[in-house]
Amino acid sequence: MWKKRILALIILLLGAGIAFFVFKSEPKLNKNFENQSSFFKHHPFRLGLDLSGGSHLIYKADVSGVPAGQVSDSMNALRDVIERRVNLFGVSEPVVQIQEGGFISGNSDEKLIVDLPGVTDVEKATAMIGQTPLLEFKIERSKDEPQTLTVGKDGVAKVDLSQQYVSTELTGRYLKKAVLEFDQNTREPKVGLQFDDTGSKLFADITKNNVGKIVAIYLDGAPISTPVVREEITGGEAQISGNFTPIEAKQLVGRLNSGALPVPISLLSKQTIGASLGDNALFAGMKAAFIGFLFIALFLILWYRLPGLIAVLSLCIYVVIILTLFKLLPVTLTAAGIAGFIISLGIAVDANVLIFERLKEEMRAGRTVTDSVSTGFSRAWFSIRDSNTSSIITAIILFWFGTSLIKGFALTLGMGVLISMLSAITISRIFLYAINFVGESKIARFLFSSGLSK
Amino acid sequence: MFIIKHKKVFIGISVLLIILSVISIFVFGLKIGIDFKGGALSEVVYKDIRPSQSELNPVIESLNLGSVLLQPTGDLGYIIKSRDLTEAEHTSLLNALSENGKNILEEKSFNSIGPSVGRELTRKAIVAIILVSLAIICFIAFAFRKVSKPVSSWRYGFIAIVSLLHDVLIPVGIFTLFSHFKGVEIDTLFVVAVLTILGLSVSDTIVIFDRIRENLRNRVATEFSETVGTSLNQSFVRSICTSLTVILVLLSLVFFGPASTKYFALMLTFGMFFGTYSSIFLASPLLVWVEELQKNKKK
Repeated sequence: MWKKRILALIILLLGAGIAFFVFKSEPKLNKNFENQSSFFKHHPFRLGLDLSGGSHLIYKADVSGVPAGQVSDSMNALRDVIERRVNLFGVSEPVVQIQEGGFISGNSDEKLIVDLPGVTDVEKATAMIGQTPLLEFKIERSKDEPQTLTVGKDGVAKVDLSQQYVSTELTGRYLKKAVLEFDQNTREPKVGLQFDDTGSKLFADITKNNVGKIVAIYLDGAPISTPVVREEITGGEAQISGNFTPIEAKQLVGRLNSGALPVPISLLSKQTIGASLGDNALFAGMKAAFIGFLFIALFLILWYRLPGLIAVLSLCIYVVIILTLFKLLPVTLTAAGIAGFIISLGIAVDANVLIFERLKEEMRAGRTVTDSVSTGFSRAWFSIRDSNTSSIITAIILFWFGTSLIKGFALTLGMGVLISMLSAITISRIFLYAINFVGESKIARFLFSSGLSK
Repeated sequence: MFIIKHKKVFIGISVLLIILSVISIFVFGLKIGIDFKGGALSEVVYKDIRPSQSELNPVIESLNLGSVLLQPTGDLGYIIKSRDLTEAEHTSLLNALSENGKNILEEKSFNSIGPSVGRELTRKAIVAIILVSLAIICFIAFAFRKVSKPVSSWRYGFIAIVSLLHDVLIPVGIFTLFSHFKGVEIDTLFVVAVLTILGLSVSDTIVIFDRIRENLRNRVATEFSETVGTSLNQSFVRSICTSLTVILVLLSLVFFGPASTKYFALMLTFGMFFGTYSSIFLASPLLVWVEELQKNKKK
């Protein structure tokens, strides 16, 4: 008996602890948020675009020119390029995802989805995403040409670095692709470049005229690599060897490939949600959740009395558990996701109601309160399992096939149903056992009855 | 049990509601939204004065964007519907709406969906509906694999599916009314609502059937109809209570929740309501009716 009460107390304390975490880690609730430790700071709710405001862009990648086996490679490269460009915006937590074509979607289009929270100027965003950074090959300026020397006021002479190299015709436009290679003897990582036909010719000319000199590779006006030419290269392939670490080499490959998008892209659809609309939706969602919770609590206490109060208590614990999971996993909350969570509140009660109705029947059949509680739980379990299975099936299928909007709903609903099942059969049970000290008096039977009966 | 005694009346009510819904679906039709057919939807709010539609229409027509539909929203806003727009077209549309920047407006949301994305979503939705239906039929078949007397298990499954259709058709029928009178369109969330109703409403039916199964095993009554009546008596409070809690939260979502999920929640409310109704007033009476037909045939 005492063991059970201590267990109930522990659960209450744990619940309070989790609620404290939810409160602490939420900038909107915790006024002192800035001064919290990083653990709290790193776990605010993650809001979807429809609540935070921002842009959702879907691009189609034209992979018709890519050999079948390399589609996913070039899509990954494309994602990296776009991700890098998006990061240049200074957007917090941009999401760039590949959506593969296939049977379900009904066509073989490869798509790229770009989510930009907080960005509502789509025109600027699409311009930056679609824009190709400038990749240039420059050669050393011949020594005969004069260089301008600027002497600053402090008397120090400066040579403008960019003057040392002159542009050639060869740019990223002629680069077919860059690949990561390893030297067969030294296992040293290298970056291989493949030019197209025009590029190959230009590159052959440049290397022929500059043996022993530096050919500088510029990205957006800044040198990223300055390899020395060893011999004329005619095959349209070049290698950049330097003291790369494999990671550096890989990054360089990525950057070189981003000189030209690996595959052309076109904007299929775009969605922008203004910040004010998102705020309103978020506020409305929270309000609906709060009022819904109040309705349920009121109903449970009025109808089911003491067990109802316990159900409300275990519902509170369910709420803090699921909110914590939303924070920790994290689950991106959308308007539909909040709807899923709110519906799960209603469903979470379902298991409790099943148990209480059984409990009542057992009492009517002449059992003591204590006996009724234990048989009520064991008999209700099968109904709880069966009645929730179909919701879980639906949630799984929705999650599997849905767009991000549907996924949000399916995830919150599915998680809700699953966790509410567990919370109803464990937490409610422990609480009910802990308070059955009320014995068999008339008051006890009244408290454990329900509805309009006395 | 009252419900079993007057089973034909209740079955009749359900049949009538289904017929009305089907008629409504065919007469009013369902308006497909831009999620599925592609197109653009923009919502703007003017800062001071909203220009009239007749002022804006000629300017917008000159942009050659095809048919553009302006719907007033709130006191100072418009919802603009058109075919899907490129960024340049979008900019020129905004420019036209703001009368070349003279009338300051804020674009609250903009959504442009290419036709191919819409087609893809349509296909996904159809696949999802088929899969959910199949999965639920399999689940019902599995849940009732052990019951065979006096009504064989596949009949339970069949009746569960009939009441499932009932639960989906009636909310869809009601939705067509909204669609017709309020211009509400079918979007992704509509499909999600239909699928969620499939999942939620079948569970109620299953719990009641579970009870019937248990009572059959315990032989609580000699007559099948009596067994069903007792089972209903034992479980209808629970059915109503659990759907009531879900309906309570759904209603708070309809009235206080975000605008984007309003009709979604409303649709689910109807689904929940008719799901509970059908599990009490349709599925169980049907079960008894089928059993009686079977018995009469044997005679």
